[in-house]
Amino acid sequence: MTDHSRCGAPGVDDRAALLPPQLLRLAVIATAAGAFSALFGVGGGTLIVPLLVLWMGYGEREATGTSLAAIVGIAAVGAVAHGLYGNVHLLEGLLIGVPAVGGVIAGTALQQRVPERAVSAVFAVLLVASAVVLVL
Amino acid sequence: MIGAVSIGVAGGMLAGLVGVGGGVLFVPGLVVFLGLAQIDAGATSLVAVVLVGAVGGWRQRSYGNLRLRDGVALALFSPVGVVAGVLVAHAVGERALELSFAGVQLVMAAQLVRRIASDDRPSEASSG
Repeated sequence: MTDHSRCGAPGVDDRAALLPPQLLRLAVIATAAGAFSALFGVGGGTLIVPLLVLWMGYGEREATGTSLAAIVGIAAVGAVAHGLYGNVHLLEGLLIGVPAVGGVIAGTALQQRVPERAVSAVFAVLLVASAVVLVL
Repeated sequence: MIGAVSIGVAGGMLAGLVGVGGGVLFVPGLVVFLGLAQIDAGATSLVAVVLVGAVGGWRQRSYGNLRLRDGVALALFSPVGVVAGVLVAHAVGERALELSFAGVQLVMAAQLVRRIASDDRPSEASSG
């Protein structure tokens, strides 16, 4: 493959050559996570963490940290977009968000020290319980 | 009020431990304790998720677990998907949103259970 510099069809080929597959993968992950995030009101970490691990060779903790950073931008875009429709209740958001900041500091500290089994089990139960409440 | 605050703390802890935004608990918290409609709860939850992600990401950074360049790229690439998500949220009914959200919660619960089952995965196998 030596004659790849022919310019018969500029654009597609050139761009594919310029675009690192890694960046393309990030774009796919971001689009999926963005849709998921805005649709359900979550950050999208549920998708981002496993995709970073399986698709980009991330370690579990690195994926966790990078996902949290990405979520800031994704959720901010979503909040603005939803805000344009008048669906955002800022006060209620802060009522939950401010205590959550304390929770996340405790959670990240725990993650470095505690084997996550017991905590994961508690959250699994909590999720199933609130799913049941929502459906009923 | 107390319920909302405690679901906030719980969601934050989940976020710190698992690396999600906590929205999966914030949304039902907003519906159950503060009486918001499902779509409003989803929209409002994102405000809390921004705070949690900012603090969580900053904490993780101090532990050396953050690749900032990739995180920023993910955020910058997200708007197309976000707009699609907002439009779909408005197109489907309230009940459909509730049911599919419950489905998401069950999937996340299953992820947690799988995490418990496979305690010893090769988590340091990354470089690049």
